[in-house]
Amino acid sequence: MIRFDNVSMRYPGGHQALNQVNFELADGEMAFLTGRSGAGKSTLLKLLMVMEKPSQGQILVDGRNLGRLPRQQIPFHRRRIGVVFQDHQLLFDRSVFDNVALPLQIEGYPKHEADRRVRAALDKVGLLRKEKMNPQQLSGGEQQRVGIARAVVNRPQILLADEPTGNLDPELAAEIMQLFEQFNQVGVSMLIASHDLSLITRLQHRILTLDQGSLVQDAWQGAEPAARRPRP
Amino acid sequence: MSKPRRATGAQQHRRTLRSTLQSAAQTHWRTARQSLQRLLQTPVATAMTVAVIGIALVLPVGLLLTLDNLRGLSGNLGGVSQVSVYLEDSVSAAQAETLVQELEQREDVQQARYVSPEEGAEEFIAYSGLGDVLAALSENPLPGVIVLTPQLLDAAGAQTLLSDLEGLPGVQSVQLDLAWVERLQQLLTLAGRAAAGLLLVLCLGVAFITGNTIRLAIEGRRAEIVVVKLVGGTDADVALPFLYCGAFYGLGGAIGAGLLLWLGMLLLQGPAQTLLTLYGSDFRLQGLGPGGGALLLAGGSVLGWLGALLSVRQHLAAIEPR
Repeated sequence: MIRFDNVSMRYPGGHQALNQVNFELADGEMAFLTGRSGAGKSTLLKLLMVMEKPSQGQILVDGRNLGRLPRQQIPFHRRRIGVVFQDHQLLFDRSVFDNVALPLQIEGYPKHEADRRVRAALDKVGLLRKEKMNPQQLSGGEQQRVGIARAVVNRPQILLADEPTGNLDPELAAEIMQLFEQFNQVGVSMLIASHDLSLITRLQHRILTLDQGSLVQDAWQGAEPAARRPRP
Repeated sequence: MSKPRRATGAQQHRRTLRSTLQSAAQTHWRTARQSLQRLLQTPVATAMTVAVIGIALVLPVGLLLTLDNLRGLSGNLGGVSQVSVYLEDSVSAAQAETLVQELEQREDVQQARYVSPEEGAEEFIAYSGLGDVLAALSENPLPGVIVLTPQLLDAAGAQTLLSDLEGLPGVQSVQLDLAWVERLQQLLTLAGRAAAGLLLVLCLGVAFITGNTIRLAIEGRRAEIVVVKLVGGTDADVALPFLYCGAFYGLGGAIGAGLLLWLGMLLLQGPAQTLLTLYGSDFRLQGLGPGGGALLLAGGSVLGWLGALLSVRQHLAAIEPR
């Protein structure tokens, strides 16, 4: 689903953010991306969103070479990817419901269909009863769940998350991870950047470790790779 | 490796032409409504922008309307103006009557009447109050005159009539207050050009005012633009609300301008009517009318939309998620 071939990324200032990164994420696979801050986690996710272009190498997503993606195709590429941000990126001028509905409105879903999907997504993250509230009225954990609902509402093939538990206490963080695992179980490929090693080593998934832009470790935590079995 | 159910919801969302049109209509309707609501949330700021646009529109449109009225009025006054054809002394009363009959055959002549030197003297004594002066003279110095009422003529038609009359045998001179009609026509043409120029400049002004307001709106909604682009909004998706905002500003300004013009008409109608009646004219002040009003509203909206487009083109591309 995602393939990095010798990808390097050097910012205009000369900072080498990624250095010869190679890895492949299979369809329906879930992996964590870890490393100290500044190791290149965010850059890697930005490359997948085509917010940046690699200075070297190529990135394939579902067979498409992102380096050859024309500018006007970028929005359609992004529609196939759900993203969860550390700072949620919610809009405070509209309700929880309207925040989650945004991707569907952009894709031009008919209203009744969009409403149904928004409610399903909000139900999934346990916020159905708060759909009319402003996100500002919600706690950090709830805001993050609104962000997750928005990321999955149009049922993307890929879900990316950048430090999704960064500001949450361990209990809430574990809840969020559980949610992610549920999405993975219905076939969504996932790549989650997190520096919270104690949390992600407890979950049995593949872990990619970046250090100063290089991929230094690519290991499965616990069982063998094929064992992407449902967790209780 | 057994594959779990794939999440292909985004691909299952197939569209027929009908559903595409339907959802496009829904998008436009929703965007328009939200844009309007957003403008109404800041009523003072919106009212100020709308007022500036309204004033910018009312100036040239009001000028054009005034010119239109003057043009109608000059035609109307020209219709009742008279031409005096002075005859040579050698022309007898009988010859003059024949000439009158000939002239009345002309298509551009409504009416002709012969005023003999004697009648002329009587009228002069009756109306001028200078009868003593005339009496002091040994003989009547007044020539015979044919007074013509021409049909409604433009400047060129009046010129033709004038030269035809001057060419007639027995005619000494022709007096037609053509000069002022011509000058007025020229003035109106000139003023019309100036108004058109003003209209162009102020239309540009309206577009720029809207563009600048939209630029500020874009700055104010930077976060929203970033999020919309992140979840897959195209440039068109991002631009649409701003284009609607611009169109609403323009429409609001045009409505304001229309109201101002209507008020102005209301204030001028009475005095103008009295004045025109004094001049024996049945001319009535013309307002914009439904057609002109619709044109004003459509023009205002289009200008606002264009201004927003200008701004969106320039500023939206610069806002990218980083």
